[in-house]
Amino acid sequence: MRDVAVIGVGMTKFGELWWQNLRELYVEAALEAIKDAGVDHLDSMYVGCMTSGLFCAQEHLASLMADYLGQKHISAYRIESACASSGLAFRLGFIEVASGMSDIVLVGGVEKMHTGADATYCLASAADQDYEAFHGNTFPGLYALIARAHMAKYGTTREQMAAVAVKNHYNGSMNPKAQFQMKIDKETVLNATPVADPLGLFDCSPVTDGAAAAILCPVELAKKYTDTIIKVIGSGAATSTIAVHQRDDITFLDAVYQSGKKAYEMAGIGPKDIDLAEVHDCFTIAEICDIEALGFCEVGQGGPFSEAGNTALDGKIPINTSGGLKSKGHPVGATGVAQIVELVEQLRGTAGERQVKNARRGLAQNMGGSGGSSVVHILEVQ
Amino acid sequence: MIVPRHYKEIPQRYRLQGNRCKACGRVFLPPRKICPCGSEDLEDYNLSWKGKILTFTIIRVPPAQFKYQKPYAVAVVELEGGGTIQCQVTDTPLEEIEIGKEVEIVFRKILSEGEAGIHCYGYKCRVV
Repeated sequence: MRDVAVIGVGMTKFGELWWQNLRELYVEAALEAIKDAGVDHLDSMYVGCMTSGLFCAQEHLASLMADYLGQKHISAYRIESACASSGLAFRLGFIEVASGMSDIVLVGGVEKMHTGADATYCLASAADQDYEAFHGNTFPGLYALIARAHMAKYGTTREQMAAVAVKNHYNGSMNPKAQFQMKIDKETVLNATPVADPLGLFDCSPVTDGAAAAILCPVELAKKYTDTIIKVIGSGAATSTIAVHQRDDITFLDAVYQSGKKAYEMAGIGPKDIDLAEVHDCFTIAEICDIEALGFCEVGQGGPFSEAGNTALDGKIPINTSGGLKSKGHPVGATGVAQIVELVEQLRGTAGERQVKNARRGLAQNMGGSGGSSVVHILEVQ
Repeated sequence: MIVPRHYKEIPQRYRLQGNRCKACGRVFLPPRKICPCGSEDLEDYNLSWKGKILTFTIIRVPPAQFKYQKPYAVAVVELEGGGTIQCQVTDTPLEEIEIGKEVEIVFRKILSEGEAGIHCYGYKCRVV
């Protein structure tokens, strides 16, 4: 297997982008990544997207996106694993380069969610449609089930969950591409409109349009394009029970644990060796469960660990320096690669005001549904 | 469309018709062909209509199909004799729903689909 590097990244502004359609978003991010890398051709492309069919009545994204990117003869694939779609696209691109099949591979993700479609309905298709969504549950509702169980089992509080949103908004206030670049306080989170008790509006990531892209190539070839080699040292993916009610432990995201374990093993390191992480905070409780499953704190201690400031920019392990899904925005199919974009900026030392000092290793964890799938990547600057 | 798919799920939704793994005893709704333990030796099993609440939420922002029902509660219910389901909590004031409370399963209309308003029925639970 060949060593693989990320040599270019691109990302649109995230937000409510009524004036940009699905293909324009994707092509903007992809062109930015191609120019950032300085490559003159692509061998292959993976497009992560969750549900363009429901939001835009558009499938067959491999053809559409390659066509509009001016790459009509390359092999292209559309990858779907709910909100983990582009994290998995990244993994497949990594595998293709590592295997020696291709040299220059573009991995991207896109979601156009502001289309007038019923977003709550579209997103519920990532749940068990016949045994969760049929009963009227929603994505905030599924994570609310997890949150209430976590509160009952470990004593996690709404204030601790609110601390996650406050921290992510603080980080996002320094990210010019974030959807919500404003700081918020704890009271804003606690007093927000309830969505699915115990979760309120500010416990939830927003509905977002956006795209992100990255270029992968063998490390040997990367030296031709850049002096800052960012190597993919770990990659792990795992699935778990799709329906929340059929899990042995509702409070533990074992797909996250398994995907993290595989990535750590491949990299030959553990959570203590990570300098910063982008984790899948689609809801505040999700970030708490993610950092527990990834080993950044003890299981059950994610709430107090977050509230004590350990996950802040200057904390023990900075989490979601980009603002996370909560503040940066969550165009579901684009999120996985957008996390990679943040890691690359941090490892290059170009993250501006939100730069983590001496960042050498970053971890990205991207989750599908309520934890039915998860993918973890670890990047290291050489 | 839910209605054509709903027809297939009627044994599960009307009668809680699932199955049980003869090797490890786990109970499933809907029935599975193979148990996560690896066994393919499963027997038909109708789940109990009694259980208790493991966790719950109150949905205040529903999908369009449930907009006239809001706010409503959805719970994870562990059934006596095995198996867990997710369903709405009905006939119970929202403030009386708590983790650990005993419930019974009841047969109710879940939603009505489309302009014709075709009813889809299934199970909900209520605190006893």
